[in-house]
Amino acid sequence: MHADHGQVPEEYFRYLGWKISVIAIAAIGLVLAMLLSLGLGSAKIPVLEVIGSLLGQEGSPRVDAIVRGIRLPQAVAAAVAGGGLAVAGAVMQAILRNPLGSPFTLGISHAAAFGAALAVMLGSGLNTSGRTAVAIIHPYATTTAALAASLLASGVIIAISRLRGAKPETMILSGVALGALFTAATMFLQFFASDVQLAAMVFWTFGDTARASWNTLAVMAAVTLASFLYFWANSWSYNAIDAGEETARSLGVRVGRIRLLGMFVSSLITAVLIAFLGIIGFVGLIVPHMFRRLIGADHRFLLPASLVGGALLLLLSDTVARLVLMPHLVPVSVLTAFLGAPTFLWLIIRGRQP
Amino acid sequence: MMLKVCDLHFTYNSHPLLSDIDFSLNRGQLLVILGPNGVGKTTLLKCMNAMHRPARGTILVEERDILTLRPAAIARNIGYVSQKSETSRLSVFDAVLMGRTPHIRWRMGRDDLDKVEAILCSLGLESLRMRYVDTLSGGELQKVSIARALVQEPELLLLDEPTSALDLKNQVEIMNLIRRVVDGHRIAAVMTMHDLNMALRHADQVLFLKEGFIHALSTPQAVTSEMIEQVYGLAVHIHHLNGQPVVLPLT
Repeated sequence: MHADHGQVPEEYFRYLGWKISVIAIAAIGLVLAMLLSLGLGSAKIPVLEVIGSLLGQEGSPRVDAIVRGIRLPQAVAAAVAGGGLAVAGAVMQAILRNPLGSPFTLGISHAAAFGAALAVMLGSGLNTSGRTAVAIIHPYATTTAALAASLLASGVIIAISRLRGAKPETMILSGVALGALFTAATMFLQFFASDVQLAAMVFWTFGDTARASWNTLAVMAAVTLASFLYFWANSWSYNAIDAGEETARSLGVRVGRIRLLGMFVSSLITAVLIAFLGIIGFVGLIVPHMFRRLIGADHRFLLPASLVGGALLLLLSDTVARLVLMPHLVPVSVLTAFLGAPTFLWLIIRGRQP
Repeated sequence: MMLKVCDLHFTYNSHPLLSDIDFSLNRGQLLVILGPNGVGKTTLLKCMNAMHRPARGTILVEERDILTLRPAAIARNIGYVSQKSETSRLSVFDAVLMGRTPHIRWRMGRDDLDKVEAILCSLGLESLRMRYVDTLSGGELQKVSIARALVQEPELLLLDEPTSALDLKNQVEIMNLIRRVVDGHRIAAVMTMHDLNMALRHADQVLFLKEGFIHALSTPQAVTSEMIEQVYGLAVHIHHLNGQPVVLPLT
């Protein structure tokens, strides 16, 4: 059959305009938050000087060192990690058809913690004197181990899901079981660890954006951007899966393949971000829910909104975490957990509906 | 013939569920599949758009063998309305626009939007277009599902018990809508249902399944009380009211 052509009413375009406006406002907020983050700290720098330093204008070397050398990599790391984790969470919630889907709830973070703990046990932890009590002497070894463990966890979840027909409940239950397993394995290592090793393990699990260097940032940004583009290209497939598996299949969506690839790519983003920065929970859970309430569950808009909104939320959290107990720098993961845990409980109490 | 199902067999774990299924359907015709619970009505429907892969047989839509086509190509030929429509935080317009998924590669164009608007207007759903799907009633939701299937521009429409969860008024509205769609768009439709009276009133052909085989395939006028008794194991009497057959159980 051939459908006739109608005249799409203005109200539909206004409705799309509202969604685009929300994303644009979040993007403007992100730019402002970035300037704020670069200016605030133990040394306060006026916004104009921050902008001047970013534009490479002639200025004080001290300001350049603080803005571009110290604060910019941290702020960009917070934005990239927040965006990446939020997008990964949005996709996990869609493919699992479960509002509690996120990198944190699927055990991938726990696997990363285990990988890092194992690397520390094998010799990458060190006790130093001075302001930093414990440092990781072989950060790349720890990062690689955390990445390998996260990918192993997601690989196992995907393998089990393939055996059982890529059902959401299989993925969720496998993730929860693996999370418990990796937590137990980490505790086992911690039990036998020396004081120094134990401190190094705990230190690593504090997700901290200050760990990022420009090289690691490039990797994080490239993985996040490529994954986002892949997800965005599949927006209609995620919308269709949201409408039910049968409906999606009747629309020609290869549900099993989309689900497994979505799981793999979102696990990959999570693994890379966590491996470089440590565990940052709840951003992947909260941000998609916030924007789903604001602009609906259309993934054409929800995914870019989650990317920008996640970046904004984590950057603000990171800035607050740096300022709240000055001169002590609180790792951002502590703050996101404080914000996220009550939200998590609220989601459970409130139930399935967005 | 628009639809030809030939020698279809379906097995599950080596256990035959459907055997020797043969029937055909013309454009503008509605076929209703009837039979007791668990007899394989939904399985047969899902075989017809390759959601279930039959062990043997062919399904031809306009001479094309559906089982050799890719999922998107099947979706461009066959629309499917499931028994239970899931809700999500999507506007009705976008939920129907989703039906264009098999036709697009990257993004929806103006043409796709225009087709959605035309279908919404033709089904009388224009007042719902900006509502979120998760705020709709069961009847409205089912109409949106039918609109989504129609915007796929299918040659064949499959509906799995589309009235089973609806009240009487909505059942009548949905059946009238399906009849109007089949007649107006000159497509073929196959649906499963339990309500014999509704089926006999609206269908062009009814197909009775019994133990995985076709027990009878006939026009509603030719359905006999013996046929129904043999399929359901229940004695019935068929009255005729204003020329319409009405099935009454004799209990």
